[in-house]
Amino acid sequence: MTGTFLTRNPSVPIFLACLALFTLAVTMTSEAAGTGALSTSFLKTLGKTLCLCLVALAMDLVWGYTGILSLGHMAFFGIGGYMIGMWLMYARTEDIVTASMANSAIPPTEQEVVDAIGTQIFGVVGSAEFPPIWAFADSLWIQLALVVLVPGLLALVFGWLAFRSRVTGVYLSILTQAMTLALALYLFQNDSGLRGNNGLSGLQNIPGLTAVPQSQLSLWFFWASAVALGAGYLLCAWVVSGKFGSVIRGIRDDEARVRFLGYSVEGYKLFVFTLTAVIAGIAGALYYPQAGIINPAEIAPIASIYLAVWVAIGGRGRLYGAVIGAAFVSLLSTMFTGGQVPSVPLGFYTINWVDWWQVLLGLSFVLVTLFAPKGIGGLFDLISGRRAPDRHGADLGPDKGSFREQEAEQ
Amino acid sequence: MKLRMTSALVGALAFATSAMAQDDTIKIGVLHSLSGTMAISETTLKDTMLMLIDEQNAKGGVLGKQLEAVVVDPASDWPLFAEKARELITVEGVDVMFGCWTSVSRKSVLPVIEELNGLLFYPVQYEGEESSKNVFYTGAAPNQQAIPATDYFLEELGVEKFALLGTDYVYPRTTNNILESYLKDKGIAEEDIFVNYTPFGHSDWSKIVSDVVALGADGKKVGVISTINGDANIGFYKELAAQGVSADDIPVVAFSVGEEELSGLDTSNLVGHLAAWNYFQSAESELNDEFISAWKARMGEDRVTNDPMEAHFIGFNMWVNAVEEAGTTDVDAVSAAMIGQEYPNLTGSTATMLPNHHLTKPVLIGEILEDGQFDIISETDPVPGDAWTDFLPESAVLKSDWADLGCGMYNTETETCVQMKSNY
Amino acid sequence: MIRYLLAAFAALMLCAGVSAAQESQDGSAQVSPIQALLQEHAALIEKASRRTIEPAIAALRDSGLPEARAVLENWQAKELWQRKEDGLFFFAEEIDRSTYRLIEIDGGAPVGEYAKSDIDQLKPNSGVRGLIAAALVQFQLMDPNPAKRAEALDAIQRDPEPDHLPALLGALETETDPGIRAREERLVRLLTITYGDDEAARVEAINSFAGDLGVDARAALNPLLATRREAVAGDLPTDLNIARELKPGSEELSEAAAYSLLVDNDLAPARISAADRRAALETNIEGGRVGGVPVGQLDTEEARDRAYAALAQAGIVPPTATAADLAAALDAHVFFDRYLEPSTAITDAAEAALARMNLRVGLNQALDLTLDALSLASIYFLAAIGLAITFGVMGVINMAHGEFIMMGAYTGYVVQQIVPNYTVSILVALPLAFAVTFAAGVAMERLVIRWLYNRPLETLLATFGISIALQQLAKNIFGTQARPLTSPGWLDGALVLNDVVSISYIRIAIFVLALLFLGVFLFIMRRTRLGLEVRAVTQNPRMAASMGINPDRINMLTFGLGSGIAGIAGVAIGLYAKVTSELGSDYIVQSFMTVVVGGVGNIWGTLLGATMIGFLQKGIEWLNPSNTLAAQTYMIIFIIIFIQFRPRGIIALKGRAAGD
Repeated sequence: MTGTFLTRNPSVPIFLACLALFTLAVTMTSEAAGTGALSTSFLKTLGKTLCLCLVALAMDLVWGYTGILSLGHMAFFGIGGYMIGMWLMYARTEDIVTASMANSAIPPTEQEVVDAIGTQIFGVVGSAEFPPIWAFADSLWIQLALVVLVPGLLALVFGWLAFRSRVTGVYLSILTQAMTLALALYLFQNDSGLRGNNGLSGLQNIPGLTAVPQSQLSLWFFWASAVALGAGYLLCAWVVSGKFGSVIRGIRDDEARVRFLGYSVEGYKLFVFTLTAVIAGIAGALYYPQAGIINPAEIAPIASIYLAVWVAIGGRGRLYGAVIGAAFVSLLSTMFTGGQVPSVPLGFYTINWVDWWQVLLGLSFVLVTLFAPKGIGGLFDLISGRRAPDRHGADLGPDKGSFREQEAEQ
Repeated sequence: MKLRMTSALVGALAFATSAMAQDDTIKIGVLHSLSGTMAISETTLKDTMLMLIDEQNAKGGVLGKQLEAVVVDPASDWPLFAEKARELITVEGVDVMFGCWTSVSRKSVLPVIEELNGLLFYPVQYEGEESSKNVFYTGAAPNQQAIPATDYFLEELGVEKFALLGTDYVYPRTTNNILESYLKDKGIAEEDIFVNYTPFGHSDWSKIVSDVVALGADGKKVGVISTINGDANIGFYKELAAQGVSADDIPVVAFSVGEEELSGLDTSNLVGHLAAWNYFQSAESELNDEFISAWKARMGEDRVTNDPMEAHFIGFNMWVNAVEEAGTTDVDAVSAAMIGQEYPNLTGSTATMLPNHHLTKPVLIGEILEDGQFDIISETDPVPGDAWTDFLPESAVLKSDWADLGCGMYNTETETCVQMKSNY
Repeated sequence: MIRYLLAAFAALMLCAGVSAAQESQDGSAQVSPIQALLQEHAALIEKASRRTIEPAIAALRDSGLPEARAVLENWQAKELWQRKEDGLFFFAEEIDRSTYRLIEIDGGAPVGEYAKSDIDQLKPNSGVRGLIAAALVQFQLMDPNPAKRAEALDAIQRDPEPDHLPALLGALETETDPGIRAREERLVRLLTITYGDDEAARVEAINSFAGDLGVDARAALNPLLATRREAVAGDLPTDLNIARELKPGSEELSEAAAYSLLVDNDLAPARISAADRRAALETNIEGGRVGGVPVGQLDTEEARDRAYAALAQAGIVPPTATAADLAAALDAHVFFDRYLEPSTAITDAAEAALARMNLRVGLNQALDLTLDALSLASIYFLAAIGLAITFGVMGVINMAHGEFIMMGAYTGYVVQQIVPNYTVSILVALPLAFAVTFAAGVAMERLVIRWLYNRPLETLLATFGISIALQQLAKNIFGTQARPLTSPGWLDGALVLNDVVSISYIRIAIFVLALLFLGVFLFIMRRTRLGLEVRAVTQNPRMAASMGINPDRINMLTFGLGSGIAGIAGVAIGLYAKVTSELGSDYIVQSFMTVVVGGVGNIWGTLLGATMIGFLQKGIEWLNPSNTLAAQTYMIIFIIIFIQFRPRGIIALKGRAAGD
């Protein structure tokens, strides 16, 4: 435990430098501030990818470092999106409504304005009244606070219940998956008050900034996502270094031993679970204004499983692994499903990547799990020449997949 | 990090090169899901568009230029629809797009095309309550499908008690809302309307079907109006057959079941149940025979045609004529020329594009036959599509007129344009 | 009298005129009387609508012509054709897709061959067909063929008419078939309730149905109790058959509803709505003020009230009723529901009969719900039993379990494409599905899972990878469209105990299958060498190995067994629902829930878990019948909470086997 934070975490300055360079390069080529070689739609894709990297960081913290395979973090991500989406929809509609009502002969009462906003927002789903959960939608600051509070509180309550009754391992995974499914099904209902299957849309139009072109707005959001990712990386690196980091890695490798040593395992787990939920919420709040629409399908359990896939392919237990995994797989996925990869004619059959990408992804995932548990991040070990210690066949601990930084340094 | 940089650069390069494509063709964007849950329905429409474009090119293209289809795959992922639409307009530079199926995908695309002044032809029946400057709705509005079908139930079948069954999403919700209000106007009491929503792909229908059968206990004739979507219909119809519900006892009219959906079912137990559309493959007209034989020649003998395909057929041909008339592919000029376009539809009458960007369409009601086709038992004269329904108090006062008023959401009471852009 | 004669004469002339016109048009051919009758109503028949067709059907029915019945029957069966050139009606037989041979209605002589485009098929809609069926009753009730007579009874049941009662009574005298006779007697009683003219007979008929469960009986009784809500000034009228008096402000009748009832009956002035008030204010803006209130201040309710009151006082707008007016109006009137049926004796009898019925119906509905729940539980159990083996016994999480179910279902589909006989194809499909998924399971265990024992989280992810690959593979092979898997004829239909309780045979079959597999599982685990070895390996693989058991082989076989059962579950689920590539993922979460709730490692726990989830889901659906989605949400939330209190499930393993 010697040296400064940065020297103990050499990946932090390298990562931040790369991120800054990347942001600069994108800015230089963007339509708004540069040569315009980079289209706005691709800029949006890149901005969204940064948000996905942020939530992958959270996933890595909770799974790669603490050993909790949560299949519910995309739910927190989605909740963050919904919270900011409510304000975006309300405020944009309010602008439209007040503008149109200003023409009428008699000034509208407050109730009339709210009713008109309700009709506009909920008209498409056959209703006109504001459900109670929209109570604070008119205030940006409250909704911003809710971006952090709602995922945080949900994670706190759920985590407290789950950890308290010692639900661990696959049970916990299934339980978090059930939570995600319940939330998605709940949001799918129109009665949930969040427009059911339609979700919240038109989120890319920021109220008050209607005059700003999307090319500029996208760049701003890209910057914000980059800053959030950088800050998130710093925060996660700080959390996992030092004593706290040792304890959570201990919990991952053998929970019972850590408990016998007198640590409050539940408290540590709860803290990490809640913290990562908050990070996921923030990532979501940045992601959905760039995507433009959020609906319950985004929260479906499969999304959270994909999150785990990214982290596994990138390499668990190392922060940059998660970032690489998320960026690599999601961009690759965009390329393959977008038909940008040419089909492979085999003579008797033509492999059309739109159809076969999922098969490829699934199989490569199995292969990574089996043969390269360290994921892409394992390549960096080859470069730096770092090897796992030779324990003459004896096991380091229960989880072979995770990278054990401290133990490996002997 | 490096990997991401490279992939970003590769992507940027790919876009940059495609943006410099030659300029002597007119580009048409096809925005239909080719993978994911909607692929089943939308792939057919992509093939329809490619067929129509090939046929037009064989006739010499438009304005002396060949047409070039740009096909993208939004993968049934709603945010991706917005992203791909932006890509089509800004990167590929398409002059018009044909696409979307679900309402939520249309709502996802709307802000993008309104921002970039694109042009979209939307071919599927939908819940109405919308009229965008940049969208032409070639599918049915509620008054072109749901309301006439309900009238048919009320008048021809003498139904006095209604079960509105739907999948829980926006189209059934809004349609059932409109129908409830319409039925109350027609003197049906609130307690005689039973509404139920089920999730996508629902399979356990026994209780719901029993509930519907039990509705008959007060001596009124029961009818089911189904807005059940996709493969949930299979379980529903299987359960109807299992419980021995015949069309003579409890007729079911479906708004989302067409020739394609029935091909996943043994229809022998469903004979006599109904569907309401603006087109059936069994419609008798020369144009339809030509269309079907062209489709079968291209795609295979066992393929069927359906209503959204007809919508694309009309929409595409109208667009071609409008471009020829305007002499340019400029969106504003074409939009102006679109209004008032007439083109024969496949059922023997003529479709007219109205100032509210909807079509006039005949309403057909068909009974399911043993072979999975429909026997057309009722056909109306073309009905003008109504963007804002007259049966909900908030929208009864609204109208859309892009020709004279230049507004898609005009309040006739206050005589003001509520908003220029659409609700998303 | 003279007028009637004249009218009759005129009608006669008209008929003659029509047939004369036909003759002249048709040249020499003499038009038969039935054709003349059809031509007379040609306009109605061509555009048949339930609203207008009645006279045409009645004319045919009452014509007394021998061909009338054949015309009606053919018309009903969409086998009546019209020649376009002259509008004459014919029967027809198909020669090929586009050519038909027309046949004279009268006499059955062939007329010639016509292209389909030259003739029109008449397609009465089902409303019209119902009316035709009702008209045919009088011919069919006396038909020597019992099937025809039963058809007539169906028609009466669907669209009863007053004339059917005497016709039925007539038929009853000669009916010999006991089954049809019983139906006829029941229908006579039902029709007596509705159309009988003797009060005592009606009451007797009503009482005869006490405790009956039939929907038709309730359908006959309920209309007798139809009420209308009315209001009159003063006291309750005594000459009406009053169901109940209502107090405004009570639960049945809110004050607002009561007042609007008065307004509807012109017993009180209407209150002005917010929108109307706004419109009234807008039209009366004078110099930036309305009723003395500046326009700018009109953005609150109070200000608008004030402005409107000022306008009303000035007599510009009609005054609106105040709260005091409303209370006074409500006080001055009585509100009540009255029966449309004037006879108290009949409504009392109906009320009493229905009360007894409703109790029995309620009990039977509970029974029906129980059956539904049991059926759902057996489906969940069947889907989960394979998982109970792989997850419960071996501790291996198999996310691809759902895809094994899907593979089973597709195997069934493929077999049906090859073997056309549904019964044989199901008998082939069941073992084949087992074999296919057994092989897939063994392959997966050998290739993937074997390397990941002791790393449960990674097994979860690896099997998930297999799951998405298999799902997409199924999409690529079979397409995204749902594929038909049709059950054999003997599984069609439902076991109907009465009009309330019924359960489809396919669900019974699934229930039996689930029980069968419970038995098979118990037998294998308890009575066979394999079961013994499985249990040994589960408890302590090293010890088992040292006793000469090969754990690798046992694991492989166990996994294969679990997967194989999933395949059979797939065939069963495909039969009752649909076969799509997403079939498996619909069941995977529920299956895990079932195993986890029940308790891992114990088949009885899985059974209990499935039962609990099945009953819970149906229970919530019953509480909230209009939203099935909510039922699923609340069920999952309940399970999450349940696991808090029993983290190891309903039946938790104790002692060493529990491990950690």
